[in-house]
Amino acid sequence: MIDHAITLFALTLAAGTVLVFAALGELVTEKAGVLNLGVEGMMLVGAVGAFIVADDTGHNWLGVLAGTLAGGAVSLIFAVLTLSLMANQVAAGLALSLFGIGLSAFVGLTHVGHVVDPIAPLAVPVLSGLPVVGRLLFGHSPFVYLSLVLFALVQWFLFGTRAGLILRAIGESPQSAHAIGHKVIAVRYAAVAFGGACAGLSGAYMALAYAPMWTEGMTAGRGWIALALVVFANWKPSRVLAGAYLFGAVTLVQFQAQAMGVAVPSQFLAMLPYVATIVVLALISRDATAIRLNAPASLGRPFHADT
Amino acid sequence: MDAAPVPRLQLSGITKRFPAVVANDGIDLTVMPGEIHAVLGENGAGKSTLVKIVYGVVRPDAGTIRWNGEVLVVDSPAKARALGIGMVFQQFSLFETLTVAENIALALDKSRVGRELDTRIRETSTRYGLALDPRRHIHTLSVGERQRVEIVRCLLQTPELLIMDEPTSVLTPAAIGTLFGTLRRLADEGCSILYISHKLDEIRTLCDRATVLRAGRVTGNCDPRRQSSADLARMMIGHDLPHPQHRAAAARGDGLLEVRNLSLAAEDPFGTDLRGIDLRVGGGEIVGIAGISGNGQKELIAALAGERLIDAADAIVVNGIPAGQLDAAARRALGLCYVPEERDGHGAVPEMSLEENALLTAYGQQLVTRWGLIRQRAVGAFAQATIARFDVRTAGPGAAARSLSGGNLQKFIVGREVLQGPRVMIAAQPTWGVDIGASAEIRQALIDLRDAGVAVLLVSEELEELFEVCDKVAVMTQGRLSPVRAIRETDAEELGLLMGGSFVTSGQPPSFATRDPP
Amino acid sequence: MMISLEARSEPSRLMAWASPLLAAVATLVAGFVLFSLLGKNPVDAFFVFFIEPVATRYGIGELLLKSSPLMLCALGLAIGYRANVWNIGAEGQLTIGAICGGGLALWLPQLNGALLLPLMIAAGAAGGIAWAAIPAWLRTRFNANEILTSLMLVYIAVLALSYLVQEPWRDPEGFNFPQSSLFGDNAMLPLLLPGTRLNVGFLLAVAVIAAGWLFTARTLAGFRMRVAGLAPRAASYAGISTGRTVWIGMLVGGATAGIAGVGEVAGPIGQLLPSISPGYGFAAIIVAFVGRLHPLGIALASLLMSLLYLGGEAAQIGLELPSAVTRLFQGMLLFFLLATDVFIGYRLRFRRNPGPAAAAAESLAR
Repeated sequence: MIDHAITLFALTLAAGTVLVFAALGELVTEKAGVLNLGVEGMMLVGAVGAFIVADDTGHNWLGVLAGTLAGGAVSLIFAVLTLSLMANQVAAGLALSLFGIGLSAFVGLTHVGHVVDPIAPLAVPVLSGLPVVGRLLFGHSPFVYLSLVLFALVQWFLFGTRAGLILRAIGESPQSAHAIGHKVIAVRYAAVAFGGACAGLSGAYMALAYAPMWTEGMTAGRGWIALALVVFANWKPSRVLAGAYLFGAVTLVQFQAQAMGVAVPSQFLAMLPYVATIVVLALISRDATAIRLNAPASLGRPFHADT
Repeated sequence: MDAAPVPRLQLSGITKRFPAVVANDGIDLTVMPGEIHAVLGENGAGKSTLVKIVYGVVRPDAGTIRWNGEVLVVDSPAKARALGIGMVFQQFSLFETLTVAENIALALDKSRVGRELDTRIRETSTRYGLALDPRRHIHTLSVGERQRVEIVRCLLQTPELLIMDEPTSVLTPAAIGTLFGTLRRLADEGCSILYISHKLDEIRTLCDRATVLRAGRVTGNCDPRRQSSADLARMMIGHDLPHPQHRAAAARGDGLLEVRNLSLAAEDPFGTDLRGIDLRVGGGEIVGIAGISGNGQKELIAALAGERLIDAADAIVVNGIPAGQLDAAARRALGLCYVPEERDGHGAVPEMSLEENALLTAYGQQLVTRWGLIRQRAVGAFAQATIARFDVRTAGPGAAARSLSGGNLQKFIVGREVLQGPRVMIAAQPTWGVDIGASAEIRQALIDLRDAGVAVLLVSEELEELFEVCDKVAVMTQGRLSPVRAIRETDAEELGLLMGGSFVTSGQPPSFATRDPP
Repeated sequence: MMISLEARSEPSRLMAWASPLLAAVATLVAGFVLFSLLGKNPVDAFFVFFIEPVATRYGIGELLLKSSPLMLCALGLAIGYRANVWNIGAEGQLTIGAICGGGLALWLPQLNGALLLPLMIAAGAAGGIAWAAIPAWLRTRFNANEILTSLMLVYIAVLALSYLVQEPWRDPEGFNFPQSSLFGDNAMLPLLLPGTRLNVGFLLAVAVIAAGWLFTARTLAGFRMRVAGLAPRAASYAGISTGRTVWIGMLVGGATAGIAGVGEVAGPIGQLLPSISPGYGFAAIIVAFVGRLHPLGIALASLLMSLLYLGGEAAQIGLELPSAVTRLFQGMLLFFLLATDVFIGYRLRFRRNPGPAAAAAESLAR
């Protein structure tokens, strides 16, 4: 019984971690005032990049690095378009998603069906062997721990450093920040690149540990769910964590129900995460005041220094 | 040997061109240490651009800047701050969701939020009479308190030159007095002050010297204490101030706007709630509402115009019909027209042509067929009529709204509303940011409406304007409206007191925890 | 040498027209480069991809056939986009439209075509409208972002279709493949051009384009939608309700997408399959932008996008390139468009950057 509960717990963490990476990255991007809808595309680019490098070189962690960098690189296309060329952020983000979906499908064709030795969950010498606590605390995929470290880093950066304060100020009012003399565009570039790298890392995790494989479109909308998650979390990192695991749990219901032989067609179970996203969005968006107080005021609006 | 004192700041031949206009054309300006120097000019004269150049936000196309005798290039605000130049912007560069301390830390290079900064903030702010609590969030502060944050932010860097851009438009008369005291103390300590304004009386009270700008050029340099307001005005606009023509007693029209005990919670968490507003504007009179913006005017106007609906349908009555639940289009159909506070994006759509902007609110003037098809020719004629009647300088009715100057666009908007033959007219800050010539024409248009029997409600921050135009006036403060009184029976001082809230005598006294003490 | 972007005093009308053309050209050039990088002879590849598919009568028919769903979806989307209503779920609304229209065909296999087909189209439109009503309601009632909600509904719609063709609507004589029975001739759109697959759906699409133009350019309602998109506060000032704008924007998009869905299953496909659209709903978003949200531009952009689809299919056979190459081109086209669009509002400025000595000399000379 406890064993089963621990397994569910571990699976929830594993599933939620995909969203943690992507959503934390997007949170930082949005805190700086930039809305990047290209998360789905960046995740897929990261996944395919990671898989190809791991497959060809045999080194998984090299693949993870490659995936992370790939996500960051492709996000720069979006950054140049929206930050330097003043393009509409919604359109550019959609373009990035479509492009990323297409590019990853195209590039990854030669590797479909290949098998890679996945990155295994942690096996700490003594600690993992401990009866209950072992699996509960020490038996997760290294990516789970990495995501928690990322959370701590993001939280500290945004709320405990001067650089994070500047980033938040830029998201609140880039005109004021510019008037005071801060480099709005440079900070936003960094924020977008960070978001891209995190999305790429999320994709790499999926391809090399969670799934692990490469198929075109394998993220199945998780990038969009990550976007919804940032809204759901009211742009607070701790709530992103909570929300991600909640969604992880919802995706699990699908497998659990099938395992328990529940007589619901698989397609309906597969709909659950998407329905959950809609419900959550509706509930959280209702409170316009809370949104106004927490959402970066300049989100989605272009900034030109001469205005 | 008596060496000539070195000027703190000396500008020579400063020129700056933008795509559509030459903002500054060969400007010379000299400020001595400890001098309070006014830069005087009407809206669009180039004052803001000039000081942005001094502060390093904008680079000049030509000209030199000498700081304490040395030629320099000020290429960024950080550089300006390092030199000892501080600037308090007209539009505050504050971050609403952050605290006072965080806002100040952002503007001080390399400063960390913490106890040390808190102490410095408390000490400096108290010393200059501008007390602040570093832990408060900006969105909980009144406009006057927010300005204090801007000023204290500058003072913490012990500036040698402090630039103030139109600082008093957001202050009550009492707070203005406090500000002037602070500025004089700073000047006595050797700090120079560059004071941008178009308010002649204030400049004559406060400043030692004045440089007058008109259309980007210097048209005068004088000691304002020795000049009359009329002289300064003449330097500012090139001719005498126009005065509006009031005709004999107006006809009594049938327009009527009544507000009965209107209370409304603000939608914006940073807004002001309305509390028990009572108001009556009859045909053939102009009723003015005075008050610093931020006291509920926006919320009141939104409710009156129908941009915000009210539960109590009869809290607002237009021409005898309960209108609280009617939207803007329905109220327009009742004969209520409205000139909003903001031209760009509210009163007009900048990207659309003047014809399309005419269609925006004047569609009821036979501009659309029964089936919803637009009558192109009728729209063009209406737009052309507005342009002709109200002397709008533009290439034609097909010109984009954003190609017009502020004054001309405002004249078009006012004209569009007037030509719809309203019975009730609401005008919110109709001459804000508009040059003096157009302002006079707009005020005259409102008076002409009154003379024709229309009920006119004018909301304005400028006491001068209210005294020129209105028959009656009330003051809005903290979401409450003072009793209306005839304009002849009151003066600026009394209105100033009312703006500080001292008319609230009965019931719950307004909470002063978050507001400027009167 | 410093390159900077300087705001124009007025947006350039020349660039507004030229931008989509430049983007299209840039995409073609990029295609050229891509083919070379893939080791194919670029000129040959260019022919195979862009010229050969439309060199025959059949090819022209295919070009117009594929442009119909794109035109329909894109027009509906554009009306919403102009009003700042971001319907991203056309693919889902298309799917539901196909389900409704196709479902009717399966349910009334004996009904006369002259009656059945209009009913199917109406059902498709109704289905698309209903599916688009969900994000509209969520937006007006809960202020939920319609981009995300309409997108989630795409996944749900596709899963619903997958379920239907796998279980209740599976063809009993279909060898257990997930597909519905083939529609009878009475449920198929009549052909327009003999020797091709082009059907009357194309005429319907053109009619919708014309109606769209009339609505946007000549009616007060269309004008108000435009105002809502350009200046929401001016819209409120003019008495234009945000709610109505959202509903109209979403429902029009849903209706046209639903019709497009019926057009596919009552046209070239002829039955319900797990996948009835190679991403038309998403490609239509790009078509809307490239077409400048203008009905005529959308018509032209639909043809371009249709060519990209045909080229991708031809490249699969003739060049042994994967079909995903189409999506690559689609993404590139939109990227290039966003880049060239910049020059509508801004121009490039080349400024010589003088050294500090020169600058000092310049100022001393005054």
